[in-house]
Amino acid sequence: MAGEAQTATEYIQHHLQNMAYGKLPAGYTRYDGTVLQESTWTMAHSQQEAADMGFWAIHVDTLGWSIVLGMLFCFLFARGAKKATSGVPSGLQSFVEMVTEFVDKLVKETFPHRNSMVAPMALTIFVWVFLMNLMDLIPVDWLPMAAAGISGNPHLFFKVVPTTDLNATLGMALAVFVLMLFFSVKEKGPIGFLKELTLHPFHSGKWYVDIFLIPFNFLLEAVSLLAKPVSLGLRLFGNLYAGEMIFILIAIVFGVGVLGFIGAGFLQMGWAIFHILVITLQAFVFMVLTTVYMAMAHDREEEHKNDH
Amino acid sequence: MNINLTLIGQSITFLAFVWFCWKFVWPPLMGVMKEREQKIATGLEEAERAGKDLELAQRKAADQLKEAKEQAAEIIDGANKRANQIVDEAKQAALAEGDRLKAAAKAEIEQEVNRAKEQLRSRVAELSVAGAEKILSINIDAKAHDDLIDKLAAEL
Repeated sequence: MAGEAQTATEYIQHHLQNMAYGKLPAGYTRYDGTVLQESTWTMAHSQQEAADMGFWAIHVDTLGWSIVLGMLFCFLFARGAKKATSGVPSGLQSFVEMVTEFVDKLVKETFPHRNSMVAPMALTIFVWVFLMNLMDLIPVDWLPMAAAGISGNPHLFFKVVPTTDLNATLGMALAVFVLMLFFSVKEKGPIGFLKELTLHPFHSGKWYVDIFLIPFNFLLEAVSLLAKPVSLGLRLFGNLYAGEMIFILIAIVFGVGVLGFIGAGFLQMGWAIFHILVITLQAFVFMVLTTVYMAMAHDREEEHKNDH
Repeated sequence: MNINLTLIGQSITFLAFVWFCWKFVWPPLMGVMKEREQKIATGLEEAERAGKDLELAQRKAADQLKEAKEQAAEIIDGANKRANQIVDEAKQAALAEGDRLKAAAKAEIEQEVNRAKEQLRSRVAELSVAGAEKILSINIDAKAHDDLIDKLAAEL
């Protein structure tokens, strides 16, 4: 849907820009040439403005949609749980139970420790991430155009898929990382956790050798520890961002004559069908990896030794 | 692609939803599912037990039927035996009664015969006296010849 006023590049860039609300510094020249007298919290009206807001900005669309979808998940499942009876389940209840049982089974297989929080977290991740990914299947222009129409601003930035925003995926990964650290310290104690970081994987049993091995061990363990949340967030982001990108490119083809329109229709359908698999798989992978990381955080050193 | 406050916001949102699910969604769902599992387990167990009970009852009924049949056969046997016995007894009684009646009839007949003989004898004595009177045309002193006459009669 490239309008006459937009080039394809502009169209793509517009679609990839979040609706940002942030702080612009004093003396900043705005998109319309006005100069700010003092630092202000405001909506970004251009990509440059959004970039200049730096860290002190919020992506309203990302947070808004993720909260709305998270609440949809909570509403559906809380309703299913509230109405649940031990009799023959039906409708919403059986759906909710089916998903819950699936997640429960998986968590029981991958997480052998005692922690009542992990399974509900896995369920939340699976359904919530799936719902956020699902937004990708809505034709790329529908919601942004509707939002532009309602707000009266034709150039409103509105990105509806929260998981194509690096902030959202890394934010979730960050929360998982914090929980990992928390449970590691809680289960192994600060000393035990430090030992795990410094005395593995190289370990000789002689203290005067081990002392020299500590820096190498720490470097390796720190990298592998930090790689977990980063890869977790980037994987989800990368898959969804690429998928969204291809949807946007297909949307551009719609504007190229009758043949382009028909071709784009088929492409859109094919990619959407394929994407159903991708969004489910990515939600599943995020859930499984989180559970595995939680299990690693609970693993004690003694159990490590038993493994070898 | 700017990293900004959204990162922190998303983390907090994530933890909030996880907390909600942990506190309000997971426990009731798991409770209900466990309860149903228990229900099904007990249901199956009960069904199995009922099946066993049925089999037991059937076996018991068959046993009882068999016993009843045996008893009936025994009773019929006994009754037959008793009937035969009664018939035999009746036959025996009838035969005895017949013999008794026959004996009584015989005795009566003998008695009658004797009486007739007695009568005949007395008549013969009279007739012979009358005949002799007629022959002798004399009045025989009956008293004088009684001995003779009696002898005569006894010889008859």
